Amino acid sequence: MIERLVHWSRVKSPWVLHLNAGGGCNGCDIEILAALMPRFDLERFGVQLKGTPRHADVMICTGAITLQNRDRVLRVYEQVPEPKFGVAAGACARAGCVYRGSYHTLVGIDQLLPVNAYVPGCPFRPAALIDAVVKLLNSVK
Amino acid sequence: MEYKVSLGPQHPALHEAISLRMTLDGEVIRDADLKLGYSHRGIEKLAEERSYIQNIYLTERICGICSHSHTTCFTQGVEQLMELVPARRGLYIRTLIAELERVHSHLLWLGVAGQESGFESFFMYTWRDREVVLDILEWISGNRVHYAMNTFGGVRRDVDELQKKKILDSLGLLKKRTDYYLNLAASEPTFVGRLAGVGKLSRQQAIDLCAVGPTLRASGVPMDVRKDDPYAVYDEIPFEVSTADSCDVLGRAVVRVKELIQSYHIIEYILNNLPAGPFKVKAPRKVKPNEVYSRYEAPRGENVHYIRSNGSEKPERLKVRAPTLANYPATIAMLKNGFIADIPLIFAAIDPCICCAERLVQLDDVRGGGRVLRFSELRAMANERAKKIDYTKKDIAWPF
Ligand code: SF4
Repeated sequence: MIERLVHWSRVKSPWVLHLNAGGGCNGCDIEILAALMPRFDLERFGVQLKGTPRHADVMICTGAITLQNRDRVLRVYEQVPEPKFGVAAGACARAGCVYRGSYHTLVGIDQLLPVNAYVPGCPFRPAALIDAVVKLLNSVK
Repeated sequence: MEYKVSLGPQHPALHEAISLRMTLDGEVIRDADLKLGYSHRGIEKLAEERSYIQNIYLTERICGICSHSHTTCFTQGVEQLMELVPARRGLYIRTLIAELERVHSHLLWLGVAGQESGFESFFMYTWRDREVVLDILEWISGNRVHYAMNTFGGVRRDVDELQKKKILDSLGLLKKRTDYYLNLAASEPTFVGRLAGVGKLSRQQAIDLCAVGPTLRASGVPMDVRKDDPYAVYDEIPFEVSTADSCDVLGRAVVRVKELIQSYHIIEYILNNLPAGPFKVKAPRKVKPNEVYSRYEAPRGENVHYIRSNGSEKPERLKVRAPTLANYPATIAMLKNGFIADIPLIFAAIDPCICCAERLVQLDDVRGGGRVLRFSELRAMANERAKKIDYTKKDIAWPF
Protein backbone atom coordinates (compact mmCIF):
# COMPACT_ATOMS: atom_id res chain seq x y z
CA MET A 1 0.00 0.00 0.00
CA ILE A 2 2.65 2.48 1.09
CA GLU A 3 4.80 1.42 -1.80
CA ARG A 4 2.02 2.08 -4.24
CA LEU A 5 1.46 5.48 -2.72
CA VAL A 6 5.13 6.32 -3.01
CA HIS A 7 5.21 5.18 -6.60
CA TRP A 8 2.11 7.16 -7.43
CA SER A 9 3.51 10.32 -5.89
CA ARG A 10 6.81 9.81 -7.63
CA VAL A 11 5.13 9.66 -11.02
CA LYS A 12 2.72 12.47 -10.27
CA SER A 13 5.24 14.86 -8.84
CA PRO A 14 8.86 14.27 -9.74
CA TRP A 15 11.25 16.75 -8.15
CA VAL A 16 14.16 17.69 -10.29
CA LEU A 17 17.63 18.86 -9.57
CA HIS A 18 19.27 20.99 -12.19
CA LEU A 19 22.98 20.47 -12.32
CA ASN A 20 25.34 22.43 -14.48
CA ALA A 21 28.23 20.09 -15.14
CA GLY A 22 30.52 22.98 -15.98
CA GLY A 23 31.55 22.72 -19.59
CA GLY A 24 28.72 24.31 -21.47
CA CYS A 25 27.54 27.76 -22.29
CA ASN A 26 24.53 28.44 -20.10
CA GLY A 27 22.03 28.43 -22.95
CA CYS A 28 20.61 25.11 -21.83
CA ASP A 29 20.27 26.21 -18.19
CA ILE A 30 18.31 29.23 -19.29
CA GLU A 31 16.02 27.07 -21.39
CA ILE A 32 15.37 24.76 -18.43
CA LEU A 33 14.34 27.77 -16.39
CA ALA A 34 12.24 29.02 -19.29
CA ALA A 35 10.47 25.66 -19.35
CA LEU A 36 9.42 26.22 -15.74
CA MET A 37 8.16 29.74 -16.42
CA PRO A 38 4.54 30.74 -17.18
CA ARG A 39 4.76 30.24 -20.97
CA PHE A 40 5.68 26.55 -20.90
CA ASP A 41 4.89 25.80 -17.27
CA LEU A 42 6.47 22.44 -16.62
CA GLU A 43 5.08 22.64 -13.10
CA ARG A 44 1.65 21.61 -14.32
CA PHE A 45 3.06 18.08 -14.56
CA GLY A 46 4.00 18.32 -10.91
CA VAL A 47 7.64 18.94 -11.71
CA GLN A 48 9.37 21.09 -9.15
CA LEU A 49 12.88 22.46 -9.28
CA LYS A 50 14.81 21.71 -6.09
CA GLY A 51 18.03 23.15 -4.78
CA THR A 52 19.38 20.08 -3.04
CA PRO A 53 20.11 16.66 -4.50
CA ARG A 54 18.63 14.89 -1.47
CA HIS A 55 15.13 16.04 -2.36
CA ALA A 56 15.36 15.16 -6.01
CA ASP A 57 14.17 12.20 -8.06
CA VAL A 58 15.42 13.34 -11.43
CA MET A 59 18.75 14.97 -12.13
CA ILE A 60 18.83 17.11 -15.25
CA CYS A 61 22.41 17.60 -16.32
CA THR A 62 23.47 20.28 -18.79
CA GLY A 63 26.86 20.95 -20.30
CA ALA A 64 29.84 18.69 -20.81
CA ILE A 65 31.60 17.58 -17.66
CA THR A 66 34.88 19.37 -17.04
CA LEU A 67 37.74 17.50 -15.45
CA GLN A 68 37.79 19.78 -12.44
CA ASN A 69 34.09 19.27 -11.88
CA ARG A 70 34.03 15.53 -12.49
CA ASP A 71 34.16 14.34 -8.91
CA ARG A 72 31.73 16.97 -7.73
CA VAL A 73 29.19 15.83 -10.28
CA LEU A 74 29.64 12.25 -9.09
CA ARG A 75 29.21 13.28 -5.48
CA VAL A 76 26.05 15.18 -6.23
CA TYR A 77 24.70 12.20 -8.15
CA GLU A 78 25.49 9.86 -5.25
CA GLN A 79 23.45 12.02 -2.93
CA VAL A 80 20.28 11.70 -4.97
CA PRO A 81 18.22 8.98 -3.23
CA GLU A 82 17.23 5.83 -5.13
CA PRO A 83 15.47 5.32 -7.47
CA LYS A 84 17.03 8.13 -9.47
CA PHE A 85 16.88 9.14 -13.09
CA GLY A 86 19.41 11.03 -15.10
CA VAL A 87 18.54 13.29 -18.01
CA ALA A 88 21.27 14.56 -20.32
CA ALA A 89 19.95 17.85 -21.67
CA GLY A 90 21.49 19.53 -24.67
CA ALA A 91 24.12 18.64 -27.21
CA CYS A 92 26.94 19.25 -24.72
CA ALA A 93 25.62 16.73 -22.26
CA ARG A 94 24.99 14.22 -25.02
CA ALA A 95 28.19 14.36 -26.98
CA GLY A 96 30.24 17.41 -26.17
CA CYS A 97 28.91 19.81 -28.82
CA VAL A 98 31.60 22.25 -30.01
CA TYR A 99 33.81 21.46 -27.05
CA ARG A 100 34.35 17.91 -28.26
CA GLY A 101 38.07 17.34 -28.36
CA SER A 102 38.93 19.95 -25.78
CA TYR A 103 41.56 19.11 -23.19
CA HIS A 104 39.32 19.83 -20.23
CA THR A 105 35.95 18.27 -21.01
CA LEU A 106 34.57 14.75 -21.21
CA VAL A 107 32.58 13.73 -24.25
CA GLY A 108 29.09 13.41 -22.89
CA ILE A 109 27.59 12.82 -19.46
CA ASP A 110 27.02 9.12 -20.09
CA GLN A 111 30.73 8.47 -19.71
CA LEU A 112 30.28 9.17 -16.03
CA LEU A 113 26.66 8.66 -15.03
CA PRO A 114 23.81 6.40 -16.12
CA VAL A 115 21.43 8.39 -18.31
CA ASN A 116 17.74 7.58 -18.78
CA ALA A 117 16.76 10.25 -21.27
CA TYR A 118 18.57 12.41 -23.78
CA VAL A 119 17.30 15.76 -25.01
CA PRO A 120 18.89 16.81 -28.30
CA GLY A 121 19.48 20.36 -29.46
CA CYS A 122 21.86 23.21 -28.91
CA PRO A 123 20.00 24.38 -26.96
CA PHE A 124 16.87 22.27 -26.94
CA ARG A 125 13.55 24.07 -27.02
CA PRO A 126 11.65 24.02 -23.71
CA ALA A 127 9.00 21.93 -25.45
CA ALA A 128 11.60 19.22 -26.08
CA LEU A 129 12.44 19.09 -22.40
CA ILE A 130 8.76 18.73 -21.52
CA ASP A 131 8.51 15.90 -24.03
CA ALA A 132 11.49 14.18 -22.42
CA VAL A 133 10.04 14.49 -18.93
CA VAL A 134 6.65 13.14 -20.04
CA LYS A 135 8.30 10.20 -21.81
CA LEU A 136 10.44 9.48 -18.79
CA LEU A 137 7.40 9.49 -16.52
CA ASN A 138 5.51 7.20 -18.87
CA SER A 139 8.36 4.73 -18.85
CA VAL A 140 8.40 4.77 -15.05
CA LYS A 141 4.67 4.11 -14.73
CA MET B 1 35.44 34.60 16.42
CA GLU B 2 36.29 34.24 12.78
CA TYR B 3 35.53 31.18 10.80
CA LYS B 4 35.67 30.10 7.19
CA VAL B 5 32.77 29.12 5.01
CA SER B 6 32.81 27.99 1.42
CA LEU B 7 29.92 28.25 -0.97
CA GLY B 8 29.66 26.21 -4.12
CA PRO B 9 30.65 24.90 -6.62
CA GLN B 10 27.17 23.36 -6.58
CA HIS B 11 24.83 25.64 -4.72
CA PRO B 12 21.24 26.66 -5.43
CA ALA B 13 22.14 30.34 -5.17
CA LEU B 14 24.78 30.01 -7.87
CA HIS B 15 23.43 28.75 -11.14
CA GLU B 16 26.81 27.79 -12.44
CA ALA B 17 29.85 26.14 -10.97
CA ILE B 18 31.98 28.59 -9.02
CA SER B 19 33.30 28.48 -5.51
CA LEU B 20 33.29 31.32 -2.98
CA ARG B 21 35.54 31.12 0.07
CA MET B 22 34.66 33.52 2.82
CA THR B 23 35.98 34.46 6.23
CA LEU B 24 33.10 35.36 8.48
CA ASP B 25 32.85 37.24 11.71
CA GLY B 26 29.38 36.36 12.93
CA GLU B 27 27.06 37.37 10.11
CA VAL B 28 29.53 39.73 8.53
CA ILE B 29 31.86 38.80 5.69
CA ARG B 30 35.38 39.97 6.47
CA ASP B 31 37.17 38.51 3.52
CA ALA B 32 36.16 36.71 0.36
CA ASP B 33 37.91 34.84 -2.38
CA LEU B 34 36.77 33.22 -5.60
CA LYS B 35 37.88 29.88 -6.91
CA LEU B 36 37.42 29.45 -10.63
CA GLY B 37 38.10 26.84 -13.23
CA TYR B 38 35.06 24.59 -12.89
CA SER B 39 33.73 25.71 -16.25
CA HIS B 40 36.96 26.00 -18.16
CA ARG B 41 36.43 24.54 -21.62
CA GLY B 42 39.55 25.55 -23.48
CA ILE B 43 37.77 27.77 -26.01
CA GLU B 44 40.88 29.71 -26.92
CA LYS B 45 42.82 26.59 -27.83
CA LEU B 46 39.88 25.13 -29.73
CA ALA B 47 39.64 28.35 -31.75
CA GLU B 48 43.16 27.87 -33.04
CA GLU B 49 42.16 24.59 -34.66
CA ARG B 50 39.17 25.94 -36.54
CA SER B 51 38.86 28.18 -39.56
CA TYR B 52 37.52 31.69 -39.16
CA ILE B 53 34.05 30.83 -40.32
CA GLN B 54 33.87 27.82 -37.99
CA ASN B 55 35.01 30.04 -35.17
CA ILE B 56 31.85 32.12 -35.44
CA TYR B 57 30.02 28.98 -34.43
CA LEU B 58 32.43 28.41 -31.57
CA THR B 59 32.48 31.96 -30.21
CA GLU B 60 28.69 31.93 -30.20
CA ARG B 61 28.89 29.15 -27.64
CA ILE B 62 31.11 31.05 -25.23
CA CYS B 63 27.95 32.28 -23.59
CA GLY B 64 24.32 31.26 -23.84
CA ILE B 65 22.86 34.62 -22.90
CA CYS B 66 25.03 37.11 -24.74
CA SER B 67 25.86 34.81 -27.64
CA HIS B 68 25.46 37.54 -30.24
CA SER B 69 27.89 39.84 -28.45
CA HIS B 70 30.73 37.36 -28.68
CA THR B 71 30.17 36.62 -32.34
CA THR B 72 29.85 40.30 -33.21
CA CYS B 73 33.00 41.10 -31.32
CA PHE B 74 34.84 38.33 -33.14
CA THR B 75 33.33 39.10 -36.54
CA GLN B 76 34.07 42.80 -36.48
CA GLY B 77 37.64 42.03 -35.41
CA VAL B 78 38.15 39.62 -38.27
CA GLU B 79 36.52 42.05 -40.71
CA GLN B 80 39.14 44.59 -39.72
CA LEU B 81 41.85 42.01 -40.33
CA MET B 82 40.34 41.23 -43.74
CA GLU B 83 40.03 44.97 -44.49
CA LEU B 84 36.46 44.24 -45.42
CA VAL B 85 33.71 46.86 -45.25
CA PRO B 86 30.51 45.08 -44.25
CA ALA B 87 27.17 45.85 -45.90
CA ARG B 88 25.36 48.75 -44.23
CA ARG B 89 22.05 46.94 -44.03
CA GLY B 90 23.90 44.02 -42.46
CA LEU B 91 25.35 46.29 -39.79
CA TYR B 92 21.92 47.67 -39.00
CA ILE B 93 20.46 44.19 -38.61
CA ARG B 94 23.44 43.19 -36.48
CA THR B 95 22.77 46.12 -34.19
CA LEU B 96 19.08 45.27 -34.10
CA ILE B 97 19.84 41.76 -32.86
CA ALA B 98 22.36 43.14 -30.37
CA GLU B 99 19.76 45.43 -28.84
CA LEU B 100 17.13 42.70 -28.74
CA GLU B 101 19.66 40.57 -26.96
CA ARG B 102 20.30 43.34 -24.46
CA VAL B 103 16.58 43.54 -23.80
CA HIS B 104 16.24 39.82 -23.16
CA SER B 105 19.35 39.71 -21.01
CA HIS B 106 18.25 42.63 -18.84
CA LEU B 107 14.75 41.21 -18.43
CA LEU B 108 16.34 37.94 -17.37
CA TRP B 109 18.50 39.78 -14.86
CA LEU B 110 15.55 41.69 -13.43
CA GLY B 111 13.79 38.38 -12.85
CA VAL B 112 16.81 36.93 -11.10
CA ALA B 113 17.10 40.03 -8.92
CA GLY B 114 13.43 39.64 -8.06
CA GLN B 115 13.92 36.02 -7.14
CA GLU B 116 17.00 36.65 -5.01
CA SER B 117 15.18 39.37 -3.13
CA GLY B 118 12.24 37.06 -2.50
CA PHE B 119 9.87 38.62 -5.03
CA GLU B 120 8.79 35.51 -6.92
CA SER B 121 5.93 37.03 -8.88
CA PHE B 122 8.25 39.67 -10.31
CA PHE B 123 10.49 36.86 -11.47
CA MET B 124 7.56 35.21 -13.26
CA TYR B 125 6.41 38.50 -14.82
CA THR B 126 9.77 39.44 -16.30
CA TRP B 127 10.36 35.96 -17.63
CA ARG B 128 6.97 35.97 -19.25
CA ASP B 129 7.79 39.24 -20.98
CA ARG B 130 11.15 37.89 -21.95
CA GLU B 131 9.37 35.28 -24.06
CA VAL B 132 8.07 38.13 -26.23
CA VAL B 133 11.63 39.15 -27.06
CA LEU B 134 12.61 35.56 -27.69
CA ASP B 135 9.68 35.29 -30.09
CA ILE B 136 10.95 38.32 -32.01
CA LEU B 137 14.42 36.81 -32.19
CA GLU B 138 12.90 33.58 -33.39
CA TRP B 139 10.98 35.35 -36.16
CA ILE B 140 14.17 36.90 -37.41
CA SER B 141 16.69 34.13 -36.94
CA GLY B 142 14.78 30.91 -36.31
CA ASN B 143 16.48 30.33 -32.97
CA ARG B 144 15.79 31.30 -29.40
CA VAL B 145 19.25 31.30 -27.90
CA HIS B 146 22.01 30.97 -30.46
CA TYR B 147 20.85 33.16 -33.32
CA ALA B 148 23.68 32.39 -35.76
CA MET B 149 23.15 35.74 -37.47
CA ASN B 150 26.67 36.99 -38.00
CA THR B 151 28.92 36.26 -40.87
CA PHE B 152 31.88 38.11 -42.33
CA GLY B 153 30.61 40.99 -44.40
CA GLY B 154 27.16 41.25 -42.86
CA VAL B 155 24.47 38.97 -41.53
CA ARG B 156 22.97 35.72 -42.73
CA ARG B 157 19.29 36.59 -42.75
CA ASP B 158 17.31 39.64 -43.78
CA VAL B 159 14.43 41.38 -42.03
CA ASP B 160 11.33 41.89 -44.18
CA GLU B 161 8.40 44.32 -43.92
CA LEU B 162 6.08 41.88 -42.19
CA GLN B 163 8.64 41.09 -39.51
CA LYS B 164 9.24 44.81 -39.06
CA LYS B 165 5.59 45.41 -38.36
CA LYS B 166 5.35 42.49 -35.95
CA ILE B 167 8.41 43.64 -34.03
CA LEU B 168 7.06 47.16 -33.68
CA ASP B 169 3.77 45.77 -32.38
CA SER B 170 5.46 43.60 -29.75
CA LEU B 171 7.65 46.53 -28.77
CA GLY B 172 4.58 48.47 -27.67
CA LEU B 173 3.71 45.75 -25.18
CA LEU B 174 7.25 45.57 -23.84
CA LYS B 175 7.39 49.33 -23.37
CA LYS B 176 4.26 49.29 -21.28
CA ARG B 177 5.60 46.51 -19.09
CA THR B 178 8.96 48.24 -18.65
CA ASP B 179 7.31 51.43 -17.46
CA TYR B 180 5.61 49.30 -14.84
CA TYR B 181 8.95 47.82 -13.77
CA LEU B 182 10.55 51.24 -13.54
CA ASN B 183 7.69 52.30 -11.32
CA LEU B 184 8.11 49.19 -9.24
CA ALA B 185 11.87 49.52 -8.88
CA ALA B 186 11.44 53.11 -7.74
CA SER B 187 8.47 52.83 -5.42
CA GLU B 188 7.67 49.30 -4.20
CA PRO B 189 8.80 49.52 -0.55
CA THR B 190 9.71 45.84 -0.04
CA PHE B 191 11.75 45.69 -3.23
CA VAL B 192 13.51 48.99 -2.57
CA GLY B 193 14.10 48.08 1.06
CA ARG B 194 15.75 44.82 0.09
CA LEU B 195 18.01 46.26 -2.60
CA ALA B 196 18.93 49.72 -1.33
CA GLY B 197 22.27 50.00 0.39
CA VAL B 198 23.31 46.44 -0.43
CA GLY B 199 26.64 45.83 -2.13
CA LYS B 200 28.07 49.34 -1.97
CA LEU B 201 30.73 50.17 -4.53
CA SER B 202 31.87 53.76 -4.46
CA ARG B 203 32.67 55.66 -7.62
CA GLN B 204 36.40 55.64 -6.88
CA GLN B 205 36.40 51.92 -6.07
CA ALA B 206 34.56 51.12 -9.28
CA ILE B 207 37.16 52.98 -11.31
CA ASP B 208 40.12 51.54 -9.39
CA LEU B 209 38.88 47.97 -9.66
CA CYS B 210 38.12 48.33 -13.37
CA ALA B 211 34.46 47.40 -13.13
CA VAL B 212 32.54 47.44 -16.41
CA GLY B 213 28.99 47.68 -17.66
CA PRO B 214 25.97 48.38 -15.46
CA THR B 215 28.07 47.75 -12.33
CA LEU B 216 30.25 50.71 -13.27
CA ARG B 217 27.43 52.88 -14.54
CA ALA B 218 25.46 52.37 -11.32
CA SER B 219 28.41 53.97 -9.51
CA GLY B 220 27.94 57.13 -11.52
CA VAL B 221 30.56 56.63 -14.24
CA PRO B 222 29.02 57.17 -17.68
CA MET B 223 31.18 54.74 -19.60
CA ASP B 224 29.75 52.79 -22.50
CA VAL B 225 31.70 51.47 -25.47
CA ARG B 226 28.75 52.27 -27.72
CA LYS B 227 29.33 55.97 -27.00
CA ASP B 228 33.05 56.12 -26.25
CA ASP B 229 34.32 54.03 -29.13
CA PRO B 230 31.34 53.46 -31.45
CA TYR B 231 31.33 50.28 -33.49
CA ALA B 232 28.83 49.08 -36.12
CA VAL B 233 26.33 51.93 -36.58
CA TYR B 234 26.10 53.31 -33.06
CA ASP B 235 27.58 56.64 -34.16
CA GLU B 236 24.47 57.27 -36.26
CA ILE B 237 21.90 56.25 -33.66
CA PRO B 238 20.75 58.70 -30.99
CA PHE B 239 20.70 57.26 -27.48
CA GLU B 240 21.76 58.14 -23.97
CA VAL B 241 24.06 56.37 -21.54
CA SER B 242 22.08 55.45 -18.45
CA THR B 243 23.66 55.93 -15.05
CA ALA B 244 22.66 55.95 -11.41
CA ASP B 245 24.39 57.46 -8.39
CA SER B 246 23.26 55.22 -5.58
CA CYS B 247 26.23 52.81 -5.97
CA ASP B 248 24.21 49.81 -4.74
CA VAL B 249 22.17 46.92 -6.11
CA LEU B 250 19.10 49.13 -6.48
CA GLY B 251 21.14 51.46 -8.69
CA ARG B 252 22.16 48.53 -10.86
CA ALA B 253 18.52 47.55 -11.25
CA VAL B 254 17.57 51.11 -12.20
CA VAL B 255 20.40 51.34 -14.74
CA ARG B 256 19.22 48.16 -16.39
CA VAL B 257 15.61 49.27 -16.58
CA LYS B 258 16.70 52.60 -18.08
CA GLU B 259 18.84 50.75 -20.59
CA LEU B 260 15.83 48.70 -21.56
CA ILE B 261 13.99 51.88 -22.47
CA GLN B 262 16.98 53.17 -24.45
CA SER B 263 17.18 49.85 -26.27
CA TYR B 264 13.53 50.13 -27.33
CA HIS B 265 14.28 53.55 -28.82
CA ILE B 266 17.29 52.17 -30.64
CA ILE B 267 15.29 49.25 -32.03
CA GLU B 268 12.57 51.60 -33.26
CA TYR B 269 15.13 53.89 -34.85
CA ILE B 270 16.80 50.99 -36.61
CA LEU B 271 13.55 49.57 -37.94
CA ASN B 272 12.41 52.95 -39.24
CA ASN B 273 15.76 53.77 -40.84
CA LEU B 274 16.81 50.41 -42.23
CA PRO B 275 18.88 51.21 -45.34
CA ALA B 276 18.09 49.37 -48.57
CA GLY B 277 20.65 47.24 -50.34
CA PRO B 278 22.38 43.90 -49.81
CA PHE B 279 22.69 42.54 -46.30
CA LYS B 280 26.04 40.92 -46.84
CA VAL B 281 29.11 41.17 -49.03
CA LYS B 282 31.48 38.43 -50.04
CA ALA B 283 34.42 37.83 -47.72
CA PRO B 284 37.85 36.40 -48.53
CA ARG B 285 38.82 33.08 -46.99
CA LYS B 286 42.36 33.91 -46.01
CA VAL B 287 43.42 36.69 -43.72
CA LYS B 288 46.64 38.67 -43.92
CA PRO B 289 49.02 38.43 -40.95
CA ASN B 290 48.06 41.13 -38.49
CA GLU B 291 46.50 41.59 -35.09
CA VAL B 292 43.42 43.36 -33.86
CA TYR B 293 41.72 44.33 -30.63
CA SER B 294 37.95 44.43 -30.86
CA ARG B 295 35.61 46.01 -28.29
CA TYR B 296 31.91 45.54 -27.82
CA GLU B 297 29.39 46.64 -25.22
CA ALA B 298 27.70 43.41 -24.16
CA PRO B 299 24.69 43.53 -21.81
CA ARG B 300 27.08 42.85 -18.92
CA GLY B 301 29.79 45.30 -19.91
CA GLU B 302 32.73 45.65 -22.18
CA ASN B 303 33.64 42.51 -24.05
CA VAL B 304 37.06 42.29 -25.64
CA HIS B 305 38.47 39.94 -28.25
CA TYR B 306 42.08 39.98 -29.35
CA ILE B 307 42.74 38.16 -32.61
CA ARG B 308 46.06 37.49 -34.28
CA SER B 309 46.18 36.09 -37.80
CA ASN B 310 49.10 34.48 -39.58
CA GLY B 311 48.04 34.47 -43.21
CA SER B 312 46.31 31.09 -43.13
CA GLU B 313 42.61 30.41 -42.77
CA LYS B 314 42.85 29.79 -39.04
CA PRO B 315 43.58 32.38 -36.37
CA GLU B 316 46.90 32.06 -34.58
CA ARG B 317 45.52 33.34 -31.31
CA LEU B 318 42.14 34.34 -29.96
CA LYS B 319 41.93 35.96 -26.56
CA VAL B 320 38.57 36.58 -24.98
CA ARG B 321 38.04 38.87 -22.01
CA ALA B 322 34.42 38.59 -20.97
CA PRO B 323 32.84 41.35 -18.86
CA THR B 324 32.24 39.08 -15.86
CA LEU B 325 35.96 38.59 -15.43
CA ALA B 326 36.48 42.34 -15.19
CA ASN B 327 33.78 42.54 -12.55
CA TYR B 328 35.16 39.90 -10.18
CA PRO B 329 37.50 42.24 -8.23
CA ALA B 330 34.61 44.65 -7.73
CA THR B 331 32.43 41.76 -6.48
CA ILE B 332 34.96 40.89 -3.81
CA ALA B 333 35.02 44.53 -2.70
CA MET B 334 31.21 44.58 -2.59
CA LEU B 335 31.03 41.37 -0.56
CA LYS B 336 33.44 42.62 2.09
CA ASN B 337 31.63 43.87 5.18
CA GLY B 338 28.32 42.71 3.79
CA PHE B 339 26.01 40.12 5.32
CA ILE B 340 25.76 36.43 4.47
CA ALA B 341 22.14 36.86 3.44
CA ASP B 342 23.18 39.36 0.77
CA ILE B 343 25.65 37.09 -1.02
CA PRO B 344 23.29 35.81 -3.74
CA LEU B 345 21.99 39.33 -4.32
CA ILE B 346 25.41 40.96 -4.56
CA PHE B 347 26.73 38.18 -6.69
CA ALA B 348 23.74 38.25 -8.99
CA ALA B 349 24.01 42.04 -9.28
CA ILE B 350 27.02 41.84 -11.58
CA ASP B 351 24.95 39.45 -13.70
CA PRO B 352 27.66 36.83 -13.63
CA CYS B 353 28.15 34.60 -16.61
CA ILE B 354 30.70 32.28 -15.16
CA CYS B 355 31.40 30.09 -18.13
CA CYS B 356 32.19 33.21 -20.21
CA ALA B 357 34.97 34.15 -17.89
CA GLU B 358 36.88 30.92 -17.51
CA ARG B 359 40.20 31.39 -19.24
CA LEU B 360 43.55 29.81 -18.67
CA VAL B 361 46.46 32.02 -17.79
CA GLN B 362 49.99 30.88 -17.39
CA LEU B 363 52.25 33.19 -15.48
CA ASP B 364 55.55 33.09 -17.25
CA ASP B 365 58.54 35.31 -17.31
CA VAL B 366 57.23 37.92 -19.70
CA ARG B 367 60.68 39.18 -20.56
CA GLY B 368 61.55 35.71 -21.77
CA GLY B 369 59.10 36.23 -24.62
CA GLY B 370 56.41 33.91 -23.29
CA ARG B 371 55.77 30.41 -24.49
CA VAL B 372 53.34 28.63 -26.75
CA LEU B 373 51.44 25.87 -24.97
CA ARG B 374 50.77 22.82 -27.08
CA PHE B 375 47.54 20.92 -26.95
CA SER B 376 49.21 17.85 -25.48
CA GLU B 377 50.80 19.93 -22.73
CA LEU B 378 47.45 21.45 -21.87
CA ARG B 379 45.87 18.02 -21.73
CA ALA B 380 48.62 16.75 -19.45
CA MET B 381 48.20 19.79 -17.20
CA ALA B 382 44.45 19.28 -17.01
CA ASN B 383 44.81 15.60 -16.12
CA GLU B 384 47.46 16.38 -13.55
CA ARG B 385 45.20 18.93 -11.91
CA ALA B 386 42.19 16.67 -11.92
CA LYS B 387 44.22 13.96 -10.19
CA LYS B 388 45.07 16.28 -7.34
CA ILE B 389 41.41 16.80 -6.48
CA ASP B 390 40.54 15.54 -3.05
CA TYR B 391 39.08 12.05 -3.29
CA THR B 392 38.76 11.52 0.43
CA LYS B 393 35.01 11.94 0.61
CA LYS B 394 34.32 9.91 -2.46
CA ASP B 395 33.64 6.56 -0.83
CA ILE B 396 31.64 7.83 2.09
CA ALA B 397 28.46 5.78 2.48
CA TRP B 398 25.48 8.09 2.44
CA PRO B 399 22.92 7.22 5.10
CA PHE B 400 20.27 6.35 2.52
S1 SF4 C 1 24.23 22.29 -25.89
FE1 SF4 C 1 24.60 24.31 -26.82
S2 SF4 C 1 23.28 25.69 -25.66
FE2 SF4 C 1 23.47 23.83 -24.45
S3 SF4 C 1 25.15 24.21 -23.03
FE3 SF4 C 1 26.00 23.20 -24.86
S4 SF4 C 1 26.67 24.86 -26.20
FE4 SF4 C 1 25.27 25.74 -24.69
